[in-house]
Amino acid sequence: MEQPLVNNAFDVLEVRKDFPILAETPYGKPLVYFDNAATSQKPQVVIDALVNYYTHYNANVHRGVHFLSQKASDAFDGVREKVRGFINAVSEREIIFVRGTTEGVNLVAATYGRKNIQQGDTILVSAMEHHSNIVPWQMLCEEKGARLNVIPMNNQGELVLDTLDELLNDNCKFVAITHTANSLGTINPLETVISKAHERNIPVLVDGAQAVAHDCVDVQALDCDFFVFSAHKMLGPTGIGAVYGKLHLLEEMPPYHGGGEMIKSVSFKGTTYNEVPYKFEAGTPNIADVIAMGAAIDYWNTIDRAGAHEQEIELLNYCTSLLADIPSVRIIGTAKNKAAVVSFIVDKANAMDIGMFLDTKGIAVRTGQHCAEPVMDWFGIPGTIRASFMFYNTKEEVDFFIEQLKKAIQLLVV
Amino acid sequence: MRTIAEIENEIVDDFALFDTWEEKYQYIIEIGQKLKPLATEFKVDENKIKGCQSSVWLTANEKNGIIEFFADSDSVFVKGEIALLMEVLSNQSPEAIVNAELGFIDQIGLRSHMAQTRANGLAAMIKQMKLYAVGFQHKNV
Repeated sequence: MEQPLVNNAFDVLEVRKDFPILAETPYGKPLVYFDNAATSQKPQVVIDALVNYYTHYNANVHRGVHFLSQKASDAFDGVREKVRGFINAVSEREIIFVRGTTEGVNLVAATYGRKNIQQGDTILVSAMEHHSNIVPWQMLCEEKGARLNVIPMNNQGELVLDTLDELLNDNCKFVAITHTANSLGTINPLETVISKAHERNIPVLVDGAQAVAHDCVDVQALDCDFFVFSAHKMLGPTGIGAVYGKLHLLEEMPPYHGGGEMIKSVSFKGTTYNEVPYKFEAGTPNIADVIAMGAAIDYWNTIDRAGAHEQEIELLNYCTSLLADIPSVRIIGTAKNKAAVVSFIVDKANAMDIGMFLDTKGIAVRTGQHCAEPVMDWFGIPGTIRASFMFYNTKEEVDFFIEQLKKAIQLLVV
Repeated sequence: MRTIAEIENEIVDDFALFDTWEEKYQYIIEIGQKLKPLATEFKVDENKIKGCQSSVWLTANEKNGIIEFFADSDSVFVKGEIALLMEVLSNQSPEAIVNAELGFIDQIGLRSHMAQTRANGLAAMIKQMKLYAVGFQHKNV
């Protein structure tokens, strides 16, 4: 009944060799890593890039006259072009390095938002946002006397766009929406939201944290005004990510943090700011992680991305069908268009208890609210168990996960 | 009456039988499943310690200078933890509870398997139990 893995052109066993951590054995058991939506594992080339930088050419960028600084600057500067290519931005000047998605959203809220949002305006988010795409906008609303509106969702965890026209009224000045919901896996109909917002000249920020590792993102095709993401969810290191912004918007935006690198000249009478994107990047940048992020993008360019995507969808469908056969399991988030994330609850069992049981077997899942409390409230549940897949996961791992889940249910539900 | 330190030592001895985290987990679940459920009337917000992943309801009463705790949780594992804490701290004097160092938690290796949020939950339970003890201490002065 089961399809052998070799039928898939994408060679998952070969790809797994690129990720040294997958050979780890927590509590002496083979690691089954199903917490990819929290953070992805890193291929050896990314780890090597970090070690190489610190071992051979660690130096500050853009100001040294010496060999190492030049080498570091070249490697660092080259990544902006790689990121541009990765999301198909028009110009590398549209790429701002930040610590991650959270800082990216905060940057846009603190610059574009502070300049353009006024009292009485509304900012529109969706019902399935991660806290990091809610709280920065709430803080801005509080500061400005603006209001946050929400695009509702249905029982499947899909956005309901019936009221979108009303929500995009004259007061609405900004839309911030996730590409793929971390707690549900829903992939949102961004084309519709963005085109409708643009009909009214409302700019749209897309939270791409969950999307970049699973879909080939094209910001020009999406036509979003801002796109933010983190490297660590797409095989890169933690502590680095990027904001894409349309150049004309970035040019009109005030700077973010003040400090070195973001200035053209400084005197005690005043300061003139550097050009885009540097005016948003104060201080010594995260050189090592930027370079390693570049290595992650290089890695993406070497693998069969269509095959990788297919592998994930196969795992999603396989896991979903096996879960559906367990009577006490209820899947939360059953959108038609989903990424490789399965969130579920078990009748009469606490999600954390299940997660801890699975942990004792070497299986890593996430349990709880997934930084999306409003989503949990909407479904009226305290939290879920979430298995999230990456192309390096296998059907055998899913089988083991289901087998152990059944044991957990047997133990915990009496 | 056994002292807190004596009970702690007994628990540490019990856990010494288990080599793996898996065995400890299953033992704590077993203890949790045996904990008597708290009557619904006590499962109210004022008795609730809300955690990120589970909720705990805790209440206490005092008779002749001895405190007894009653608790429940929506997590069986947390119930197991509570049962251990209650075994140690229930039927003790307020002074003994306030001064309890509870070294057994580290000795049985419980904290090493906890994410920060979970460790905070355990700390919150202990704090609440000690607050009850402080409250009863002052009542009796």
